Amino acid sequence: MRNQSALRSKLVSSPYILWAILFIIAPMIFVVYYSFTTASGDFTLDNIKFLSKYLPTFLRSIWFGIVATLICLLIAFPTSYIISQKSDKMQRTLILLVMLPMWMSFLIRTYSWMAILQDTGLINSFLIKIGIDPVHMINTGGAVILGMVYNFLPYMIMPIYSVMAKLDFSMIEACQDLGGNKINVIRRCIIPLSMPGIVSGITMVFVPSVSTFYISQKLGGGSFDLIGDVIERQFQQSYNYNLGASLSLVLMILILVCMAVMNRFSGDEGEMVI
Amino acid sequence: MEQNVIIELKNISVAFGDNQVLKDLNLSIRDKEFITLLGPSGCGKTTTLRIIAGFMHPDEGDVIFEGKKINSIPPHKRHVNTIFQRYALFPHLNVYENVAFGLRIKKMPEKQIKEKVEEMLSIVNLKGFNKRSINSLSGGQQQRVAIARALAVDPKVLLLDEPLGALDLKLRKDMQVELKNIQQRLGITFIYVTHDQEEALSMSDTVVVMDGGVIQQIGTPIDIYNEPKNAFVADFIGESNIIDGIMREDYSVDFSGNNFKCLDSGFAKNEAVDVVVRPEDVDIVSPEKGMLTGIVTSVTFKGVHFEIIVDIKGFKWMIQTTDFHPEGVEIGLFIEPDAIHIMKKSEYSGMFGDYSSFSEEFDELSVLDEEAE
Amino acid sequence: MKTLSRIYTVLVFAFLYAPIIVLIVFSFNLSSSTIVFDGFSLQWYKALIKDGNTLRALYNTIILAVSSSIIATILGTSAAVGIEKYKKSAFRSTIIGVTNVPMMNPEIVTGISMMLLFVFIGRALRIESVLGFGTLLIAHVTFNLPYVILTVLPKLRQTDKNLSEAALDLGCTPLASFFKVVLPSIMPAIITGLIMAFTLSLDDFIISYFTSGPGFQTLPIAIFSMTKKRIKPDMYALSALIFVSILVLLILYNSIQIKSEKKPDKE
Repeated sequence: MRNQSALRSKLVSSPYILWAILFIIAPMIFVVYYSFTTASGDFTLDNIKFLSKYLPTFLRSIWFGIVATLICLLIAFPTSYIISQKSDKMQRTLILLVMLPMWMSFLIRTYSWMAILQDTGLINSFLIKIGIDPVHMINTGGAVILGMVYNFLPYMIMPIYSVMAKLDFSMIEACQDLGGNKINVIRRCIIPLSMPGIVSGITMVFVPSVSTFYISQKLGGGSFDLIGDVIERQFQQSYNYNLGASLSLVLMILILVCMAVMNRFSGDEGEMVI
Repeated sequence: MEQNVIIELKNISVAFGDNQVLKDLNLSIRDKEFITLLGPSGCGKTTTLRIIAGFMHPDEGDVIFEGKKINSIPPHKRHVNTIFQRYALFPHLNVYENVAFGLRIKKMPEKQIKEKVEEMLSIVNLKGFNKRSINSLSGGQQQRVAIARALAVDPKVLLLDEPLGALDLKLRKDMQVELKNIQQRLGITFIYVTHDQEEALSMSDTVVVMDGGVIQQIGTPIDIYNEPKNAFVADFIGESNIIDGIMREDYSVDFSGNNFKCLDSGFAKNEAVDVVVRPEDVDIVSPEKGMLTGIVTSVTFKGVHFEIIVDIKGFKWMIQTTDFHPEGVEIGLFIEPDAIHIMKKSEYSGMFGDYSSFSEEFDELSVLDEEAE
Repeated sequence: MKTLSRIYTVLVFAFLYAPIIVLIVFSFNLSSSTIVFDGFSLQWYKALIKDGNTLRALYNTIILAVSSSIIATILGTSAAVGIEKYKKSAFRSTIIGVTNVPMMNPEIVTGISMMLLFVFIGRALRIESVLGFGTLLIAHVTFNLPYVILTVLPKLRQTDKNLSEAALDLGCTPLASFFKVVLPSIMPAIITGLIMAFTLSLDDFIISYFTSGPGFQTLPIAIFSMTKKRIKPDMYALSALIFVSILVLLILYNSIQIKSEKKPDKE
């Protein structure tokens, strides 16, 4: 009777299992399949060989992703700490304010940065007005990284904050008690204790930064192609699905490797914190 | 006596908004003593401890450590260490690293750290636990790690904030003995905070009874028990019958409609006083031989003795006796002069020491029941 | 130190809100410039209301978000209930691992992988344009599912095993005990999952971009095709409206939450 009902409960998950096989596993198999075939379906390694042409793009994507992630971390860590020290009501309000921009289309927010950064944009017209030479900002690598930092900063603040908010304050007192000054408290106590949040923040910023295609098009002006742009073009313009699939496959493996390295760094604490 | 005072609190006052937590508190703590701050929750004992540790700053008054004012010295520069209520062990470090934490901050050479940690772990009976993670330890083991971690940095004073509160009764008793042993072996001042009077009496050299942010009495456990200063102390420490009395002259007091000999003197003639009689100090005799007589209203078996409530002229006394007396029987009470303790009237007079409360509740309930019918 | 941290916080929030403030200001611009403010006007809001395409896209987005989040919640909750029963087994960790895939994968990879599947099936079945509402719905349900499962699963683990046993003890059938006892106790997590799925679906651009066809446009896709050309402030007006409505919703949600937390019998 007991076993029977347990079995029945297990069966409840079978629709999902079917769904996962059809729409999570099967698409992954298709990525692999397309990577190693020609448009007519014959086996080939040409797509993989062709990839070396895109090596600079891959490197640039990774480089931009790392820089954007680091900047996000540098901005988010103090911000999260400051927020976590406020009163409950204030914390709630500030976190709401952090999340609010995430609910707006990132396309429009990115587009709005164009208006700010353009050569004739808001910052430069302000600079001209106060008599300083305008600065060329749009269509530079810096603008692309700024776009990434801007769009993904909340993804860094949220997980770090949620760990810090739960941080037992007596840990910090214990650290002071054992002779730790302010720097010791941050280095030996707050950073290691917020590690789960930092790791998941890094994941949540790095992955979309590396794979983005819209930000680089709008703020980089097409001269800073990232791997996402190349993939997007294969599917929406040149219709070379096979090349696109192999690029995606490499991107996927690349990110998996980065995550594995990352988790190795953080020890066994690297669980996901949403 | 004066020169071996290690910590002095002078005129300390603290308020959280409207709530006055400590009122003009003065306390001297001698080197190497085991002193306990005892009181109900909210009496200001933990606040006092946190002021000594440096986590809080008094609104007024001075904290003096070995003759030097340390008001503005941050916690990490003070030679005192704390055992936190829920231990505050670092979950990201193993047992060894937790104990080594303070030593690493001091940048001690690795070899010395190892020696020190091993020594500390053997003091708290946790040899061989070095690599264990904190979460795999039981409450008692975590407690021991916390002690080892605090002792590793050689504090002159160890502050313990209800350290045994999270442990079960049996373990608590064992740890009490162990803590006392550690304190005597290492010769460190322990400042211990608890609301458990039994714990305070059994471990301390000195007990400080606090209530409402004010020290009610300081003394040895025996003094505190035998010579409580006011009704609060008498009631909080052990069980007491506290009766209104009038001091006729030295060594003679009237209460419950009778005159008694006592050992107290120095009161004004006919001064109103509080009279304390401990439940175990009353002898039960036949009614005709008794100095007081009353009816037994309830009997509870407690193992080592019976606890009986006796109604004497409307005041309910608690008496502990090894003989059984059934409910409703009239008994006589005999009280030796040394069983009577006289206290000056205080703000606490009349608030404690009458054991009618639970029976009264039942009375009220039965009245309500009757009315309902 | 205090003033320093205050200045820092203000700067961070200024950075987060600068582009939003800019677009709200320029949504009231008299001219179509998004750089020079020529004067106050509501013309872009009027233009927005008249624009049938945008309204259609908004309507599509909501339909898609509602249906995909409801399907994902039902499918995901039942999945969580089943997974929970598997205890510690290799099968269980495999399911959880597969569930994590859409969350860990870059969205663009999830998007193109599903597109490849749909296109392949479309060719096999000789369907002219396979991409449309159906494929979008499948894609949205798929990327919503992990969020639902991973919010419900921990709650399910927390619920007292004795609860359902008590219900059985009092004469409930296993099914009745699930609906009467277990379901109500995991309801808050289910609702959280539903809301999360709904907002993710509303906001999604990348996956939709690869799995939608010309016949069915969602709002983010409509916005994307507009930003390809020179943008007009009517898009700014739309964003301003979305911003304000989300702000109002969040404040409302927040005050309800505060109120329910004040009650002593909170979760």
